[in-house]
Amino acid sequence: MRISRRILAGLATASLAVTATSCGGGGTSGSFDDTVTVGILHSLSGTMAISESTLVDTEKMAIEEINAAGGVKVDGKSYKIEYIVEDGASDWPTFAEKSKKLIDQDGVPVVFGGWTSASRKAMLPVYESKDAFLYYPIQYEAQECSNNIFYTGATPNQQSEPATDFMYKRSPAAGGDFFLVGSDYVFPRTSNTITKAQVKQLGGKVVGEDYLPLGNTEVAPIISKIKKALPEGGIIINTLNGDQNVAFFKQIQDAGITPSSGYYVMNYSIAEEEISTIGPEFLEGHYGAWNYMMSIDTPASKKFAKSFKKRWGADRVVADPQESAYNMVYLWKQAVEDAGTFDDNAVRKALVGQKFDAPQGPVEVMPNHHLSQTVRIGEINAEGGFTILEETGVVLPQAWNQKHPSSKGFACDWTDPSKGEKYKL
Amino acid sequence: MELLLDSLFNGVAIGSVLLVAALGLAIVFGLMGVINLAHGELMMLGAYTTYVTQLIFKLPILKSFYNSYIIVSIFLAFIVSGVVGILLEKTIIRKLYGSPLETLLATWGVSLILQQFVRSVPLAYGTGLVISLIIGLFLPATFPPKIKESINFKYFKFSSWILAALTGVLTGSIISSTVSKLSRASARNVDVTAPSWMRGQVEILGTAFPKTRLMIILITIISVIAITLFLNQSAWGMRIRAVTQNRQMSDCLGISTEKVDIITFGIGSGLAGVAGVAVSLLGSVGPNVGGNYIVGCFMVVVLGGVGNLLGTVLASFGIGIMTDLIGAGRLLSIWPDMPLPLSNTINFFATTSMARVMIFALIVIFLQFKPTGLFPQKGRMVEN
Repeated sequence: MRISRRILAGLATASLAVTATSCGGGGTSGSFDDTVTVGILHSLSGTMAISESTLVDTEKMAIEEINAAGGVKVDGKSYKIEYIVEDGASDWPTFAEKSKKLIDQDGVPVVFGGWTSASRKAMLPVYESKDAFLYYPIQYEAQECSNNIFYTGATPNQQSEPATDFMYKRSPAAGGDFFLVGSDYVFPRTSNTITKAQVKQLGGKVVGEDYLPLGNTEVAPIISKIKKALPEGGIIINTLNGDQNVAFFKQIQDAGITPSSGYYVMNYSIAEEEISTIGPEFLEGHYGAWNYMMSIDTPASKKFAKSFKKRWGADRVVADPQESAYNMVYLWKQAVEDAGTFDDNAVRKALVGQKFDAPQGPVEVMPNHHLSQTVRIGEINAEGGFTILEETGVVLPQAWNQKHPSSKGFACDWTDPSKGEKYKL
Repeated sequence: MELLLDSLFNGVAIGSVLLVAALGLAIVFGLMGVINLAHGELMMLGAYTTYVTQLIFKLPILKSFYNSYIIVSIFLAFIVSGVVGILLEKTIIRKLYGSPLETLLATWGVSLILQQFVRSVPLAYGTGLVISLIIGLFLPATFPPKIKESINFKYFKFSSWILAALTGVLTGSIISSTVSKLSRASARNVDVTAPSWMRGQVEILGTAFPKTRLMIILITIISVIAITLFLNQSAWGMRIRAVTQNRQMSDCLGISTEKVDIITFGIGSGLAGVAGVAVSLLGSVGPNVGGNYIVGCFMVVVLGGVGNLLGTVLASFGIGIMTDLIGAGRLLSIWPDMPLPLSNTINFFATTSMARVMIFALIVIFLQFKPTGLFPQKGRMVEN
């Protein structure tokens, strides 16, 4: 760990030397007064490693950028950010254990980490009991609002709700029936509960839903159900995870469930990275909904993609989860500078209201520890990217979903002690 | 009619994936009594062989034959997994015959090693390694009897291993310099794309069937026929059956049980490789691909009755048809106006995860009444 950190620090200096000529090559902390060490906790081994390692790469890049720009300035002193990378090993208890290690042993002021909801649920009690702070960068099912977690991914109303609306009102299959497919765990089930409530409100009909156990790639029964429920085509909402998407899209194409025959799939877990793995030839003409898409044509977005490719290789892509991970490092830095200390409580207070010009556009931290974000609907094109079809304005996050029957009418506000985690609107 | 045909086809399609995956295990576990937890990883090697073959057939020299790469890869996958299986038998399993717990642990360890191997070794060098294994294991067998009997045979053997190593390194570096996708190690899942003639659907009797599914059914049928013929018609097949039924007696009668073990294990592993080709057509190919099938494989073999191929065949098609019947809620479309409580129950189980629960429950109940499976057979397991 120590050696690899040295090497990385060396790399950081190397890239720093490219961007800013002022720094000497030899001393790593020459122009800094002190250092601060943060924790990075993602899976670097196991099934989630493929996805989560991209976040580690992005967070390292953000930290290097901040260091190259002079580090974190607290109380007139400049701090160089160093980091300890821990491996959650795609094993949820390991995430909790490594969190304890980072907080107690390494004494880091902040941990950037997690991907799956299961890993977050495993870590949550650790951060709450130690009153430490976790930054979690993934779009998720919400229905949670911890004082000790800061969520930079989309909540359902910032992803699935605008997407369902689009599919029902403005897609080529507008007005059609819905079929919901997902992997069998908490995110797809919660997300689909919300979608069902929303489709009902819109006046549409959900004609079937099915969940594939994680690891299972036999989709033949699902295909026959889709064909039975939607004989003339319709809308399929897909929340399958990882490799299961490959099996799903290969087999539905073979079974004739394609955009040309009237079936349109809206995906919540397929970003640029996944498109290149599954193959655009299977996905062309289907849809995705995200806050960030690599094809966003703004200088901030282009710069983000360009620096990532420069740092990690020209064949790499950036996607929504990476953008969230990038934003959270910068938001933490801004909050620390505003608070004038690394102390958790002060930083937490300073964090709410922080604004950042993210690659997706402006984002702002809301009192419920989530971000206000822009939602984009894109059609997957032959080049493996999204053609952006529409873009909402800034959408405020709902930690407690207003369409889910169990959380309707509730909200979260950590700035007001009388409100807190869950209060009635 | 159409509904019935569709349902039957789906059941057979699901069943044939199970069957092709379990066939090798039916031999290794059924006939030899070896609990091989690395069976799934041998499948994975078959799937990766398909991927490597596909990329090599994209090279300019072979481009005109690209459409037939899948056929070639079936044979290559059989050889690759078979050779790795033989090596596994020679180095580890041979020493553990008769101790199932140790075999279980050792083969599980091997499965982890193989998974990590494909994650951290560039596939080009993996291919090179497999090629040197093939040469090293089989070249000495092709020597004329005069050399084989000579006192210096071990030197010949040694030099053939050196030759094998050199060839392996050479092919490894040639492949890694020509096919850039194989030159770097990656934990990322890869994709096998079926050639264009195998994509899309064919219409039979007014119902459309996906071609890849038909191809898998075909692969399964051919494998079953080939293995049945081999076991029942060939001299080695007879020896294998003899050793299965009574090892000591076969040994006394001059059958080399050691050779029989190697051949049986090799064939079982090779069939796992063929299964790998089949599953690569359905989903993505990754280090964990085999692990997803291993439970199903054991389930099929146990349900069918350990040591009986016919049982394995019937068990897999039975499970396949049940999966489709329960998972897709077929009974409802056959009998649309059934009483409400019954239709509610059927709807409850008509999801993929619940169908699985139901099938496992049914199998557990079935095994309560027939603990030895559909077709119990006396074999080495029973004797010991």
